Amino acid sequence: MGRQVTGAIPDTSVFDLRLSLRGKRLNRLCAALCSPAERDAFKRDEEACMSRFGLTDEEKALIRNRDFKGLIEAGTNIYYLLKIGSVTGNGLYQMGAQMRGETYQQFLATRKISDAR
Amino acid sequence: MGKIVGGIGLSHVPSVGPVVDRHRTQEAAWKPLFDAYVPVREWLAKLKPDVAIVVYNDHAADFSFDKYPTFALGVADRYPIGDEGFGTRPLPEVKGDLDLSIHLSESLIYEHEFDLTLCQEIAVEHGFLVPMNLCFPHMKDAWPVRAIPLQVNVVQHPLPTARRCWRLGQALRAAVEAYPADARVVVMGTGGMSHQLQGKRFGFMNEKFDQWFMDRLEAAPEELATITHQKIMEEAGAEAVELIMWLTMRGAARGKRVDRHYYAPMTTGMGLVTFEG
Repeated sequence: MGRQVTGAIPDTSVFDLRLSLRGKRLNRLCAALCSPAERDAFKRDEEACMSRFGLTDEEKALIRNRDFKGLIEAGTNIYYLLKIGSVTGNGLYQMGAQMRGETYQQFLATRKISDAR
Repeated sequence: MGKIVGGIGLSHVPSVGPVVDRHRTQEAAWKPLFDAYVPVREWLAKLKPDVAIVVYNDHAADFSFDKYPTFALGVADRYPIGDEGFGTRPLPEVKGDLDLSIHLSESLIYEHEFDLTLCQEIAVEHGFLVPMNLCFPHMKDAWPVRAIPLQVNVVQHPLPTARRCWRLGQALRAAVEAYPADARVVVMGTGGMSHQLQGKRFGFMNEKFDQWFMDRLEAAPEELATITHQKIMEEAGAEAVELIMWLTMRGAARGKRVDRHYYAPMTTGMGLVTFEG
């Protein structure tokens, strides 16, 4: 059958092994947020939590700045990003609006039935 | 003897979970989705399935990239409700079917040479639970059917090919039919239709592709199984690769199409198609 992923797709990141390996620290931190105790620890002291998971200075800055587009580019998988979104009060659609370069309201206006959330 | 009595292709959108839990299913924005399942539930009540095999993907609730299986089968008599980062939903734990899981493991590995990862513990989350909510509403302490999770890597490329998923479905059918005890089995192939949740293309959908996919799934699934991940991602968004799991369902459920529905209010094409066994 040959290769399944054959070329870059505009405005899209394809989460492959290279990207996954790059995002290893970030994804491990996010995975830990599936535990209520870890969510509390993150909310109490975000900096300590980031240090404990060995994030680089660049990775820490992405979380501090709630830079969701940057976090995806740094290898955070979207389903892991949802967990950091949740613990920082940013739902999927807020993060999506930021990734599109729009305000939340602008993004909602592009949807057919924006009450379905 | 084991028998595949039906197959269901459907989307597992996470926002549906809280809508069920907070009794919002009759709100105008959600009613079209839930209404579509009324005939499906009636059909299922007639089919009287004992077990649902749920082909789904975990969303970083219980599986991690440290060790990430391509195909993972639950081999347990119960599956607890997972916490995927937003708290644990108030749902009863899911009762498994250990005997059938062991039979499927042996049949798929020895007879059909699918080298599955076998999991004695899986905490299930929205990929599994939303389809269960839609098709098999739970009682206070239990679900109306036993269920077996079959988790597929549709997240970290390289993913299994669509054709491999189709062939797994064919093998699943043969394995169920070789089960010596009586078991009426429904196979559910879950996953969002067109959707992309990251990058500047966030929110991309393509209803034309989704309708075409459901057409081909019904009329020519073996041909549809030659579709590449590239084509799905280009035409339907990066996260739409979940659709390869629908082919596992169709490989197992080879009968006539029964119901079909499509609703795409926000960021994911929510498709629904049912087949006789």
